Amino acid sequence: MSEPLIEIEHLTMRFGGLLAVDDVSFAARSREITAIIGPNGAGKTTVFNCITGFYKPTIGRLTLSGGEREYLLERMLGHEIGQRAKVARTFQNIRLFSGMTVLENLLVAQHNKLMRASGWSVYGLLGLRRFARAEEAAIGLARAWLERIDLLGDADRPAGELPYGAQRRLEIARAMCTEPRLLCLDEPAAGLNPRESAELNQLLVSIRDVDGTGVLLIEHDMSVVMNISNHIVVLDYGRKIAEGAPAEIQSNPAVIRAYLGTDEEGLDG
Amino acid sequence: MGVRFPSMLKDAALTAFVAAALGIFIVGFRTVDVGSRTGLSFDYQFADLAVAIVTIFVGRLGLSLTAAGLRWPVVALGVAMIGVGASQLKLPSGFLHWFVALGGVMLVIRGIWPWARGTMTAAAGTPTGLALGQAGTKWFGWLLLVAAVLLPFTPAADQKTMDLAVLILTYVMLGWGLNIVVGLAGLLDLGYVAFYAVGAYSYALLSTQHGLGFWTVLPLAGMMAALFGIVLGFPVLRLRGDYLAIVTLGFGEIIRLVLLNWVDFTNGPAGIGSIPGPTLFGAVFSETPPAGKQTVSEMLGITFDGNHRLIFLYYIILMLALITNLFTQRMRRLPVGRAWEALREDETACRALGINPTNTKLTAFAIGAMFAGFAGSFFAAKQRFISPESFAFIESAIILAIVVLGGMGSQIGVVLAAVLLIGLPEWFRDLGNYRMLAFGLAMVLIMVFRPRGLIADRQPSVRLHPAGSGGGP
Repeated sequence: MSEPLIEIEHLTMRFGGLLAVDDVSFAARSREITAIIGPNGAGKTTVFNCITGFYKPTIGRLTLSGGEREYLLERMLGHEIGQRAKVARTFQNIRLFSGMTVLENLLVAQHNKLMRASGWSVYGLLGLRRFARAEEAAIGLARAWLERIDLLGDADRPAGELPYGAQRRLEIARAMCTEPRLLCLDEPAAGLNPRESAELNQLLVSIRDVDGTGVLLIEHDMSVVMNISNHIVVLDYGRKIAEGAPAEIQSNPAVIRAYLGTDEEGLDG
Repeated sequence: MGVRFPSMLKDAALTAFVAAALGIFIVGFRTVDVGSRTGLSFDYQFADLAVAIVTIFVGRLGLSLTAAGLRWPVVALGVAMIGVGASQLKLPSGFLHWFVALGGVMLVIRGIWPWARGTMTAAAGTPTGLALGQAGTKWFGWLLLVAAVLLPFTPAADQKTMDLAVLILTYVMLGWGLNIVVGLAGLLDLGYVAFYAVGAYSYALLSTQHGLGFWTVLPLAGMMAALFGIVLGFPVLRLRGDYLAIVTLGFGEIIRLVLLNWVDFTNGPAGIGSIPGPTLFGAVFSETPPAGKQTVSEMLGITFDGNHRLIFLYYIILMLALITNLFTQRMRRLPVGRAWEALREDETACRALGINPTNTKLTAFAIGAMFAGFAGSFFAAKQRFISPESFAFIESAIILAIVVLGGMGSQIGVVLAAVLLIGLPEWFRDLGNYRMLAFGLAMVLIMVFRPRGLIADRQPSVRLHPAGSGGGP
């Protein structure tokens, strides 16, 4: 088995009196899809927010190994996690730049690379060739992703005008345009019809196998989770109750209890 | 649909009655000061009231007719009202002429609005309409530019017009500068005039105390204002929305109060006078040269004319404004410009993409401040006298209104809004105290008919497919 891409150790997040995440540890690998599942309010999105720097964990260590060096995510500022550690994410409620065009959305994702190429705007203002080349390359990358998500014809439309399913795909493409090591997807299949869901599965599998990115996935849609994940972590009330391959999870009594309730509760309710 | 005249007349009469009931105390009576002994007395203005009520009656009737779909009678009614307003008829006050005429204009607009909109939408759908629209947006800016460059050579360019043109261009430049901060980066800055003041005082102090010339100080003033922008922005820009607005508002007031109270440095409320104007290759604009200097009329061998100075100032501000515009247009197409717009749309998503929000906002804030600094030093050189009074909050509010009414982020929109907001009150000076009413009316009309600003279309900063190819299914 390969080295873990991200290692989460004893992650605890407390909001006042509420213990949202309680001593959760797990690891995710490159070229694998790791799913985090659990009932509503189990703390899945909180784990994501800790990984991507939106929350500072109360306790815990988040180590991302990136090639030569390791990044301790809990010590980095929010935007540095995307910029240096190269962790990208999508949101449960889609957060596109809806007034900007599809292409512009994908170029904003390549901001840090382009800023360096534009000499922090100086070369860009002078109209130097080296910036123009970098921008062409960035547009090339965006075009390749638009082909993959089948939105090439819509490149110049405002992102907010796209249908819902296309917005979901675009948000994933935008995250991938940052060329991340780890891609965190927060319920990407929410609100998709079965056909779109199947297309999403293909896209995620190709991200795993072709791009070699590690994928961390929160999802309620079990057809997505069980078909494509390599590894599943189950949370309930902030605690990790199970971890393993999809087949193991499906037959795990603790997981069944968390999702369906215990027999007694079932009778009472 | 049947037209029920009796009910329409009843409705109009009721409206007129309400207007009469409201107006009798506000318009009908006027207190006049008749001298210290007798104190106040009443003056009756029932004739004014009557004209106003008749106008309201006719206007309401017109609106009812519009609702019933009778277009041409409404237009006729409106034209008749304009005629009465514009006529030499002896109405009790000059304002009533305007009131009646404006009522007529509104009726005409209301009358032809559905038809005009229908035709325009239909025309915009045809290929010729599309091509015309695109050519229009493309060439309109150039047309304006050519008109602006040629303005001083037209017969209309008397001193009053040129003065107004310089004033409008100053606001256009300020609007373009603030457009970077508010329109592109979405940072609501209510204290923009502070940077304008920093620029103005930089030039005033450096020129009167240290004898530096306009062209030397211009970049310094810009840098100074940008520095203030960074110093203020650094702690403040992590605030969002309303909080940022309040803090910038406070900062604007603080700068004004410092200028007012730091008498040793700024000469306080008395202001700074005899600021030298800008020079042309070292030559000054005056009838008699000061010691050791040359006048422009001597240098060029032309006869002296007071207007030359104004025309020179006009071209300076035109050039400065164009630089602001070109710079902004260019920045919009660079990664930093796109990051500004992305920040305006969604800061959280930006952070997730690894964009440093503080630095990105800071660049927008500093660049906006820099252009205000340029404009400020131009203002000081033009006025030759500045005092803290020129940098009150109302200035920030007007500049912000120009940006918002123009359509956030639209460059041409800023020009139109500046002409409207600065030009109209000047042209309507005849209205006396009512000109602010006309100003308010214009703003309300814009907000009703163009809630997203005069020009709300956003042009993409980059395209994958050439414009006009439809852009997909």
